[in-house]
Order: sequence, then structure tokens, then C-alpha cells
Amino acid sequence: MKHFEVLGTGCKKCVNTAESIERVARELGQSVEVVKVTEPAKIMEYQVMSTPAVAVDGKVVHSGSIPEHDKIVSWLEA
Amino acid sequence: MLDLFTQLADWLAYNLIGLSPDTRLGTAIHFFIEDTTKILFLLVVMIYVIALARASLNLERVRAYIQQKHRLKGYFFGSGFGAITPFCSCSSIPLFLGFTSAGIPLGITMAFLFTSPIINEVAVIMLWSLLGWKFTVAYIVIGMAVGIIGGMILDLVKGERWLKDFAAKAYQKAAVEADNHENDIEVPEAPKLTMAERHQFAKDELKEIVGRIWKWVLIGVGLGAALHGFVPDGWFAENLGSGQWWSVPAAVFAGLPLYSNATGVIPVMESLIMKGLPVGTTLAFCMSTVAASFPEFIMLKQVMTFRLLAIIFVILLANFMVVGWVINAIGPWLFAGF
Repeated sequence: MKHFEVLGTGCKKCVNTAESIERVARELGQSVEVVKVTEPAKIMEYQVMSTPAVAVDGKVVHSGSIPEHDKIVSWLEA
Repeated sequence: MLDLFTQLADWLAYNLIGLSPDTRLGTAIHFFIEDTTKILFLLVVMIYVIALARASLNLERVRAYIQQKHRLKGYFFGSGFGAITPFCSCSSIPLFLGFTSAGIPLGITMAFLFTSPIINEVAVIMLWSLLGWKFTVAYIVIGMAVGIIGGMILDLVKGERWLKDFAAKAYQKAAVEADNHENDIEVPEAPKLTMAERHQFAKDELKEIVGRIWKWVLIGVGLGAALHGFVPDGWFAENLGSGQWWSVPAAVFAGLPLYSNATGVIPVMESLIMKGLPVGTTLAFCMSTVAASFPEFIMLKQVMTFRLLAIIFVILLANFMVVGWVINAIGPWLFAGF
């Protein structure tokens, strides 16, 4: 099971990002774990400056916007 | 070309709705139609064009660029990039930590964050169309000065002492590395974008920004229109004094509890100035509304101790007051014929 972390200090876009990932995973019939990371110290460790950002299994794959559908699919199928 | 919007408002307000230009309601509605249509049109065109141009500017490049600058230049560039970098206030904290952990001094990071809400393309477009180029240039200079001077003072009092522990440690670590030239990074190459990618970026930006600010335009222009229609000319001069020293701090404190972005407050500024409020007092009110907002301070609390926040707060308020006084003093000369 893939482990997704949505990095962001809790704005609306971060919530949307987490929801999109869960939705796309359901569409593909995959089960995923999506965790919202809001602590500044942790976001700093990931060296992310624009949020929302997404990390898959501990690696940042996206930052600065709500990811598009196709991008989420590519993470799930990788 | 912008006369078109006056004509549109004439036609809509006076012919179609049938209001009289001599009534308060008539002038207010006319003002509202003219300003909202004009502003929204300009915003759509200009946001798209500007976004095309800055599609390849990202925070990583900005950070590397600022990091290389000599300290004094750093304040200037920090503030300048704060003005032009697209950036959502919900990213303040990650941005702050990203800069701090790269060893960029607190004052330079804060110069970026101070200037960012005051100056952005939306504010500039609105000022230009409503108040003219002289005022726009003055606003940009003042907005940057507030950021640069605020940042410098913060470093003079060694504000980094009062960062939260984890942030202070990250900064010290980076500062040591900087002395050993361990973290000198090249400015990353601008990503090479095709025209189609730029167009996509600009389209997304346009949708995002207009979606976020259209309500503010309506609210701001609505308030401005109400002031315009219902407050008699010269009312401020008669009732609030024409530039007594205390009117500036009064304006700063009046702006504090109000939380708006620049988009909402600029149409109000236009009306305040037209009704005779001195320009410096108006600017002080505007800056205080836009740049010192409680939501922002609550967010910064995650990386700063209360003491540092209080210092920043006082520096900002003092800056706004100085701006108000200075502009009131030189305003008649600066805006002669305005």
C-alpha cells in the first residue's frame, strides 16, 4: 500500500489535495494511506517551500498546487 | 480606451435602470458599474499577460538568487521578489522556513513577507486604473520601503534570537555552513517552457486569482461607491481634520482590525482621497489593513515566539505612521495636479 503525505499548514487547497488523491485511488480500486502533515518542522525537513506538496513513500513528488488527475494516476500506478 | 467603461456605466445606470446622475444613489451605482467592469476587464487581461512572463519564476530560484546577494542588496531583492513572486499567504510558513534553513537572514525573509501582501500585480493594476501612475509609483516605493526598513530593523535588534527553537537551530546550522561556503548553490536554470506550457500556467493563474479576488473587488468597489455617493465632498477635511498629526495613528489603528487584501481596499482608497482625506493618512490606513493582519500573525506564531511577533507588530505600525506623516508632509508637492 502506498503511503501519501500531503504537506501544508492546513489551507483549503491541502484538504482538496488529500481528497483528490483518495478519490482517484478509489476510482482505480487501490487502497492508499493519506496523511496530512501540518507541522512546520516536518514540512521544513522535506525542504518544501510551496504548499500543498505531496510526498509518496517519503519522497516529494509535487509542490505548489493541487495535483492534476493524471499526475495522481501516475503516482498510483508507478 | 477606458472611456468605454464610463459610457457603459452611463448607459446602464442612467438609461437602462433610469437613475438620475444628480441623486446619491445614481452616482453610487454609476461608480460601482464603471469601476467593477473596468477593474475586472483589466485584471483578466493583465493577470494573463503577467503570468505568461513569469511562468518560469519559482521560489527555489528566487531563494538561490537572494542567497547569493550581499546583505544590503539582500533586503532590496527580498522585498522586490516579495512584490513579484506569485505566492499564497497559506505558504508563508513553508516559505519562511525554506529561506531560514538556507541561511537567509530573518530581516531579508521578512522584507519578502512584509512586501508581498502590499504589492502584487492586482494591486498595481487597480491603482493604476483608479488613481493614476504617479500614485502607483509612490505606492510601490512605499510598499518596498516598509519591507526593506522593517527587515533591517529586525536584523538590527537581532530578531533571530526569538525564533522558535527548531527554526533557530536550522538557521544557525545554515549560517555556519554559509561561513564555510558549504551551501553556496547555483541559481537553478529557468525551466524551459514551451508557449503551450506558459499558456496553461497563465490560464491556471488567471482562474485561480480571479476566482479568489472577484468578491473582494465587488466588496471594495461597493464600499467605495457608497462612500462616493453618500459622503459629501470635503467631509473628511471638515470632520477628521486635514492632516493633523493624530489623524495618521488614528487611521493606522482603524485599519488594524479590518482584514482585507489590497484588492478590496484600493477602491476604498480612491473614494477616501476624492472625499478629501489626505493621501498619507489614506495610505497609512490602507497599509495597516493589508499588511498587518491577525490571521497572518497567528500563522507566524508557529515559527516565532510571542516576543518576536510583538516586535514585528510594533515595527510595522511605526512604519505605517512614518509613511503617513511623510506623505502628508510632501504630498501636496508630490501629487501636484493629482
